[in-house]
Amino acid sequence: MIIKQLTVFLENKSGRLSEVTRVLGENGINISALSIADTSEYGLLRLIVSDGAKATELLKKNGFSVNLTDVICLNVKHEPGTLHDAIKTLSDAGIDIEYMYAYAVGDNAAVIMKVSDAKEAIYILTQNNIDLLKSHEIK
Amino acid sequence: MIWSNEESLSRSELEKIQVEKLKDTVAHVYQNVEFFRNKMQNLNVRPEDVKTLDDLKKLPFSTKEDLRVNYPFGLFAVPENKVVRLHASSGTTGKPTVVGYTQKDIDNWSELIARIVTMAGATVDDKVQIAFKYGLFTGAFGLHYGLEKAGICVIPTSSGNTEKQLMLMKDFGTTILVSTPSYALHMGEIAHSLGIDPKTDLKIRLGLFGGEGSSEATREKIQKVWGMLATENYGLSELIGPGVAGECTHLNGMHISEDFFLPEIINPKTGEVLPPGEKGELVITTLNKEALPLIRYRTRDITRLFYEPCSCGRTTVRMEKISGRSDDMLIVKGVNLFPTQVEEVLSKFDALGPHYEIVIEKHNYLDSLEIKVELNEDLSIDSYQEFERLEQNIKHELRVVLGLEPKLNIVNPRTLQRFEGKAKRVYDLR
Repeated sequence: MIIKQLTVFLENKSGRLSEVTRVLGENGINISALSIADTSEYGLLRLIVSDGAKATELLKKNGFSVNLTDVICLNVKHEPGTLHDAIKTLSDAGIDIEYMYAYAVGDNAAVIMKVSDAKEAIYILTQNNIDLLKSHEIK
Repeated sequence: MIWSNEESLSRSELEKIQVEKLKDTVAHVYQNVEFFRNKMQNLNVRPEDVKTLDDLKKLPFSTKEDLRVNYPFGLFAVPENKVVRLHASSGTTGKPTVVGYTQKDIDNWSELIARIVTMAGATVDDKVQIAFKYGLFTGAFGLHYGLEKAGICVIPTSSGNTEKQLMLMKDFGTTILVSTPSYALHMGEIAHSLGIDPKTDLKIRLGLFGGEGSSEATREKIQKVWGMLATENYGLSELIGPGVAGECTHLNGMHISEDFFLPEIINPKTGEVLPPGEKGELVITTLNKEALPLIRYRTRDITRLFYEPCSCGRTTVRMEKISGRSDDMLIVKGVNLFPTQVEEVLSKFDALGPHYEIVIEKHNYLDSLEIKVELNEDLSIDSYQEFERLEQNIKHELRVVLGLEPKLNIVNPRTLQRFEGKAKRVYDLR
């Protein structure tokens, strides 16, 4: 249930993001989830893709600096309070959330999280009947 | 293996040779080079006044400017028809500096190269690819003739066309690379992008690097990427070209061929001679040159000398890696700055690649210093917090070492310009 996320360093220069999407698109790699934030000087692009290892290699070859990290993806009902329950479960167990991003489709919402201890988080969440997605389930 | 007996003489045996050669050189220059004779006469020194090595300090210095003023052949000490080769250094400002060789000078040059390649571990079983540019620059031809003299197979690929270099390297089974350190790094990157791992797919086991200064960290990176022993050698075209000094496999500094080159270390500001072990500008008197002998030539290179015999068995003095050039020194906001200081700081951070640029501009009459450096393709961080910490740490180290507060610009891998010869790191736009 551990999911590989790519973090790509983007210089604050026009065309850098489109270069990433071009490299991935041309090589048949599908992007399932994406988040980007920037400062005035640079950006960090976080991606979950269909083939993390291949995408990492391709991006490195094309002059990008890439990190591969373990994240988890929660599958919660698209209803008030469900995200709160999940976050509370983690915080009660002493697990820190470093960052997260989410999207809702239909009845469910997917929440991608980088936590201080991914294995422990998976255990705690499963114990509390909170559903987690596997890599191939993120669409 | 030690190529020549002169590399392991006792100090007293060596000094005996040096004194005789020094006297001959001074007499040769005094008699045949008017410019230098006038300099000596102005100081009231005559060749007879030089009786010991200690008398060297009575003699005037010579400089690159002297070569420029006497362009092209004014400092030659032999008739022009005795000169069989001319080289010239790239003149960044105005005329180049021209150097000439008699046949004996060429033979000696090969001898000096045979010594340094042998001390680095090259043998007749090796094949050497020379990726220095063949031309007026002394590097390629110097190594070429000397390697042949040592019986080693030379592949004169010259610089550039990196993909072809790599193909030949693979097909010919090249075992030694001659290039600038920055070109070796560049070749390593190109190799990886072509799917070649230099460590396992190529047979390069030894590098003979020169033509530009580099840090210990650059050496480590080259060794790691190529799986080779990366040795450095030293020379200046004014003195002969490469072959003045080189590292043995112990990597304990570069052995100077002292029966050919008499070194001193001086305070670059006052000209005062400094005791052994102290850091200062390297000054060299050639002891065996016919066409262009130079007395107390100021190399502008900053280093130290160690006289203790090396564990390799050689007794010749060792010079430390060049820590800067008094020429390269930049003055930013009144602070002296050597590019090598920047390189030293940046090389401490694993997250950064080996390529960097220093840009100095003037805004509203004030100097501004910017340092651009590439990230490694393996990103070790994944959050802004970590990235900011990295930036802060680099800035802090730069501030401590340079005494300046530069703007730091971290850029993507392989975006800064690459060089096939000497790398250009400094862009002074003031």
